[in-house]
Amino acid sequence: MKHKGRFGPFGGYYVPEVLIPALEEIESAFEQFRNDRRFLQELNTLFTDYAGRPTPLYHARRFSEVTGFPVYLKREDLLHGGAHKINNALGQGLLARYMGKSKLIAETGAGQHGLATAIVGALLGMETKIFMGFTDVARQNVNVRKMRLLGAEVIAVEGGTGTLKDAINEAFRYWTAHVEDTFYLFGTAGGPHPYPTIVRHFQSPIGQEARRQCLEKTGRLPDIVTACVGGGSNAIGIFSAFLDDPQVRLVGVEGGGKGLQTTQHCATLCRGRVGILHGARTYLLQDENGQIRDTECISAGLDYPGVGPEHAHLKETGRAEYVSVEDEEVLDTFFLFSKTEGILPALESTHALAWLCQQKGILPPETIVIANLSGRGDKDIDIVEHHRPLASRSL
Amino acid sequence: MNAYQACFSKLDRAALIPFFVIGDPSYDVSAELVKAAIDAGADILELGIPFSDPVADGPTIQKADLRALKAGMTPARAIEFIREITAYKPIPIGLLVYYNLLVQYGVNRFFEDFKQAGGTSVLVADLSIDDADEIIPSARRVGLETVFMATPNTPDGRLRFISEKTTGFIYAVSLLGTTGERAALSQTVRPFLSRLKRLTDKPICVGFGISSPEHAFEVAQAGADGVIIGSRIVKFIEENPENPARIKENITRFIRDVLDKLPPQSPKSRPSS
Repeated sequence: MKHKGRFGPFGGYYVPEVLIPALEEIESAFEQFRNDRRFLQELNTLFTDYAGRPTPLYHARRFSEVTGFPVYLKREDLLHGGAHKINNALGQGLLARYMGKSKLIAETGAGQHGLATAIVGALLGMETKIFMGFTDVARQNVNVRKMRLLGAEVIAVEGGTGTLKDAINEAFRYWTAHVEDTFYLFGTAGGPHPYPTIVRHFQSPIGQEARRQCLEKTGRLPDIVTACVGGGSNAIGIFSAFLDDPQVRLVGVEGGGKGLQTTQHCATLCRGRVGILHGARTYLLQDENGQIRDTECISAGLDYPGVGPEHAHLKETGRAEYVSVEDEEVLDTFFLFSKTEGILPALESTHALAWLCQQKGILPPETIVIANLSGRGDKDIDIVEHHRPLASRSL
Repeated sequence: MNAYQACFSKLDRAALIPFFVIGDPSYDVSAELVKAAIDAGADILELGIPFSDPVADGPTIQKADLRALKAGMTPARAIEFIREITAYKPIPIGLLVYYNLLVQYGVNRFFEDFKQAGGTSVLVADLSIDDADEIIPSARRVGLETVFMATPNTPDGRLRFISEKTTGFIYAVSLLGTTGERAALSQTVRPFLSRLKRLTDKPICVGFGISSPEHAFEVAQAGADGVIIGSRIVKFIEENPENPARIKENITRFIRDVLDKLPPQSPKSRPSS
């Protein structure tokens, strides 16, 4: 491997020996093609003509009346597939094709990354397998059906709690046995080097656009940029453009589940300890012996006991801060936001919006905030209705 | 001469190395089964501490990890377990562990405790040779041997590097894949073994997918110094969860069958590292 893939003490590539040649191959292909003119041209065309980039930065006026300060939404929910995941899937999928690979595999939690990979697999004519925990298959069934319609095979992973962690384990196992013709299209800014760097790279247009759009619309940089953090790909995508603007506060919002005082949450940076999982040294939710804990969160896309190593570094250096909101607050905000803005937000992204609701009366009214609306909430309708049956709703 | 060299040099055949997950299905039954394997003629033991997310393992060992964890196995109890086994009979013990368990226990402290319990070597499943120096000084300090995996897709230069860092034996993975039984031995084993033997004079033990006395014979015939059998042995536990006597009987018979099948080899006197 040419690089260690470290973010301070975090990151690295802690994987069984058998995967090292594959990671090296991806690292060197990424180095070769990231600035290759033909590759960039093809990717940019796909971004604009196929996925729908650039996405708007939208001043959410009615929601801003609720919070008491202006909130601008980075509308990644408008992308093809309904979430930011398509950025990375197109980038890595194209890279896989340039490498001459014919098969894609991916893990998925909420199904958004699986869906994005299935889309890219169909678009590029590659055989695609998606690994998804059995719990997530049940709770994100619409996405499972979409993936199958797009021609991908969805494999329901038994074991553990049947969520994202288990899907990643199984995808790694499958990759180990099929490493020669298969590209593992990793979905989040975690995992072994070079994935955290690759995923940040392909998600960085979110931040670059948002920074430029904010300057155009408001004449200045935002005071706060906020995004939800599970593995952290949408957050690192938008944070990356503001890292050198020290006056911009970066706030990552984790899944507080039933509360941080319980074990039913996935607030890895808020409550975790440093350890090693899925190839990276990073914060983890684990017991005193180092066994990885089961997590619980209303949002499948955040339901993961680890986090991308660059976020661990940003926390450690103080450049970004990480907070959490609980399921109930997320549901309240989901209904409120849907009715004030006419947008159904993904439950993942709603975490960032819920944190903004908490800041009412705390942040001064001239504060400019950008929230990454990383995905749309159509996929979450069943979950929302299950938790808050129509009759019981006060809003 | 380390414990492995002593073992290989006195054998006139390949060493038989059964693998167990410590504490599967419970501390007591597991100890009984490991002792039965020693009594049946195992030369070396490969023992794993159960981990919640064993990415290098196939379904059989994943289930074993879960059984052991459910029965309360922890790294600290695993050390106790090893102490009990080495007190029963001195036998070289290689430990297979996932890195997070070491990191949480403290690498130095864990190695001290493991060595003190009679352990011989450590193999960290998810620590590649590139980061081996995170553990090697601690291992050397207490006199533990280091074992690293080599796989059929590992290039020559890297195999030499692995050989340099290895003081115990090279764990040659027979195939591209996770642990687990296979109907046939992988086609890659023979060419891989001959490539390895050209590049190293360290002992080579072969594991992953070795599921029958016939497989063991083939691997030994191809020149392996040791044969590691994991999933097939662990499967005996899965097949008879409520019947320890039956498991013991099956494991004993299987080990004897493998020993009967292993072809004679001239004893190895390996240069010490």
